[in-house]
Amino acid sequence: MGNVPNAVKHCLSYENLMGESFRLPSSFQEKKEMVPTEIKIQLIDMLSQTGLSVIEATSFVSSKWVVQMADHNEVLTGINKSPHVRYPVLTPNIQGFQAAVEAGAAEVAVFGSASETFSRKNINCSVEESMQRFEQVICAARQACIPVRGYVSCALGCPYEGQVHPAQVTKVAKRLHELGCYEVSLGDTTGMGTAGSMAAMLRAVMAEVPIHALAVHCHDTYGQALANILTALQMGVSVVDSSVAGLGGCPYAEGASGNVSTEDVVYMLHGLGIQTGVDLAKVIEAGDFICRALKRPTNSKVSQATSRSQPSFNMCE
Amino acid sequence: TQFIKRSYDVTCVCVSFSQVSLSGLKPLPEKVKIVEVGPRDGLQNEKTIVPADVKIRLIDMLSEAGLPVIEATSFVSPKWVPQMADQEEVMRGIHRKPGVSYPVLTPNLKGYRAAVKAGAMEVAIFGAASELFSKRNINCSVEESLQRFEEVMSAAREEKVPVRGYVSCVLGCPYEGSVSPSRVAEVAQRLYSMGCYEVSLGDTVGMGTPGGMAAMLEAVMREVPVHALAVHCHDTYGQALANILVALQNGVSVVDASVAGLGGCPYAQGASGNVATEDVVYMLHGLSIHTGVDLPKLMDAGSYICRSLNRRTSSKVAQASCKL
Repeated sequence: MGNVPNAVKHCLSYENLMGESFRLPSSFQEKKEMVPTEIKIQLIDMLSQTGLSVIEATSFVSSKWVVQMADHNEVLTGINKSPHVRYPVLTPNIQGFQAAVEAGAAEVAVFGSASETFSRKNINCSVEESMQRFEQVICAARQACIPVRGYVSCALGCPYEGQVHPAQVTKVAKRLHELGCYEVSLGDTTGMGTAGSMAAMLRAVMAEVPIHALAVHCHDTYGQALANILTALQMGVSVVDSSVAGLGGCPYAEGASGNVSTEDVVYMLHGLGIQTGVDLAKVIEAGDFICRALKRPTNSKVSQATSRSQPSFNMCE
Repeated sequence: TQFIKRSYDVTCVCVSFSQVSLSGLKPLPEKVKIVEVGPRDGLQNEKTIVPADVKIRLIDMLSEAGLPVIEATSFVSPKWVPQMADQEEVMRGIHRKPGVSYPVLTPNLKGYRAAVKAGAMEVAIFGAASELFSKRNINCSVEESLQRFEEVMSAAREEKVPVRGYVSCVLGCPYEGSVSPSRVAEVAQRLYSMGCYEVSLGDTVGMGTPGGMAAMLEAVMREVPVHALAVHCHDTYGQALANILVALQNGVSVVDASVAGLGGCPYAQGASGNVATEDVVYMLHGLSIHTGVDLPKLMDAGSYICRSLNRRTSSKVAQASCKL
C-alpha cells in the first residue's frame, strides 16, 4: 500500500469558509442562501463531538466580500469550544487578524495562491503583495503566540492559467512555511488534479517543506479527490482537509461538486486501518443536520448509501 | 470551452507516475484496457427501459469513442431482465468496429446457444464469492452455478468462443457482510482453470476500500496470473477510483466501467453504482496511462444516453465539463 501513515489528522472546513468564497462572482453570491448563525453554531457543536480535532469555524474577511461570514463574531463566541478541538479562522490581513483575536480566536489561517492570475482576480493583489500582508499577520500572531496555518490555492491547476507548475506551488508553500506557518495545506482548487499531478506536485514541495508540515485539500469536482488523497497518503502526508457532506460547490463550474466529503474520506481511511479518532456515524448525523437546514442533498456517497440501504434484490448481474 | 480545453491540457501533462518509488508497489501499467459495461450492466440496472435503436446508437457511439471492449447485451431470460429483451435485435443492429469485442452475458447453455445464433463472438459468465448472494440472485449455490458454466465453457471451447468470467461480492456481500479473500481466490481460480481468459473481480456493493482491495488481490494473484485479472468497482461509497488506483498499483491493467456511471446500486435505492467511465479515463490519462479512449467522444455518448433516459449523469467529469 505504500508508506500510508498509521494516523491521520483531519482538518475540517465547512461551506463558504474557504478563501474561494470571497472569490465568487457576485452573481453566485446572490444565489446562495444565508445560513442563520444559530445553524452554523449548532453544526460546529455537532462536529466538535465527532472526534475531529480541527474545525475551521469562520472567516474574518470583510463582510463586503463574503456576506455569508458577516456573523463571524457571533459564531466564534457562540460555539461550545471542546478542549480537544482547535477552531482556526481565516484572516486575510492584519485587520481581520485583530478582529479575530478580539473575538477569541486561538488559531488563524492565511491563503496564498500558486497562480498569479488567480491571486489578482480573487484578492486583487499579486502573490508577492499577498505574502507581505500575511507576513504582517504572522508577525502579530507570533507575538500573541497564535499558530498560523497556510493554504496554497491552485496547487494542481488554475481556472484561469490552466496548468500550474509544481515549482510555482513549491515557491509559495516554502515562503508560507518560512514565514512561520506551522502547516501548509495544498489545495486542488478546481479539482482538476489527478493522482499523477498530485504525485509530481508533492515530490517538488516535499523537497523544500518537511512532510509533517504538509496537508492536502482536494476538491472532488472531477471525482478525483479520494484517489488524490490516497496518493498523498502513500507519499507520507498525514493531514487531510475535507468538508462535512461535501459542502461548498465549485464556483467555477456551476452545479459541479467542490469539497470532498468528510464522510467519504473517513470511510476510506478507516478501511485502510488508519486511525482518525473520528466517529463516522456522528459525522453523518452532522451532515444530515446541515443538509436538512440548507434544504439540499448531501454530496457524500457514504451518507447516501447508508441512509438508503435496503437489501432487497434479485438478478443483479 | 476555453476552460474545457485547458482542463484537457492539464490531464495530458506527461507525468511519469511510474517513476515515483512507493515502497512495495509496482510501477503502474503503461496501458489499461477499459471494458465498457454501460450498455449491459448499466442499462440493466436503470429504471427506464430504452428501445433497441437507442441501445444500438449508444454502442455505436462507444465504439467510435475508442473503447476496445463493449458489453453489448445479456442472454438472460427476459422474464428476469426485461431491459435486455431486445438482445437479438441489438446484436444484429450494432456496427461492429474492427478490433473491438462485444461480449454478451450467458448464464447457461441455453443463453449461450441463443447468443451464438444471434452473432455473439464472445460471452461472459457470472460467479459469486458469496453463497447467499448466489442463492438469492440465481437460485442456486456457487458450486451449482459453476457446473452450469462448465457446460457453457465446453460448448464455447469447441466453437472457439472466448469466455470472460465475473466474480461478484469480492469486497463484501449485501447479505453476508465481509467476504474472505481466500473465497474470492477460490472462485476466481475455478473460472480461470475452466477456461475463462480473464476474470473480472467485482465490488458489487461498492463497500470495498483500498486496503481490502489490496488484500483481496494478493490472495487472488496467488491463483490467477495478474494479466488475466480485471477489476469492476462500484462507486456506491465513493471509493471506486481509489480502489482502481490500488489495483493498478498491484499490476492489474483491465478496468470495467460504465459510461455516465449508468446502473444504480440495487441494494441502496437512489445510491450510485457503477463507476463512471469518464471519471476513470480522466484519472488514467492524468497518470499518462494509454487507454485508446477519446474522452470528448465518450462524454458525447454519456450525454446521449442520459438524455434518452431522462436522467442526470453520474460522471463528475461530465458534470464539471458541461457546466462551464
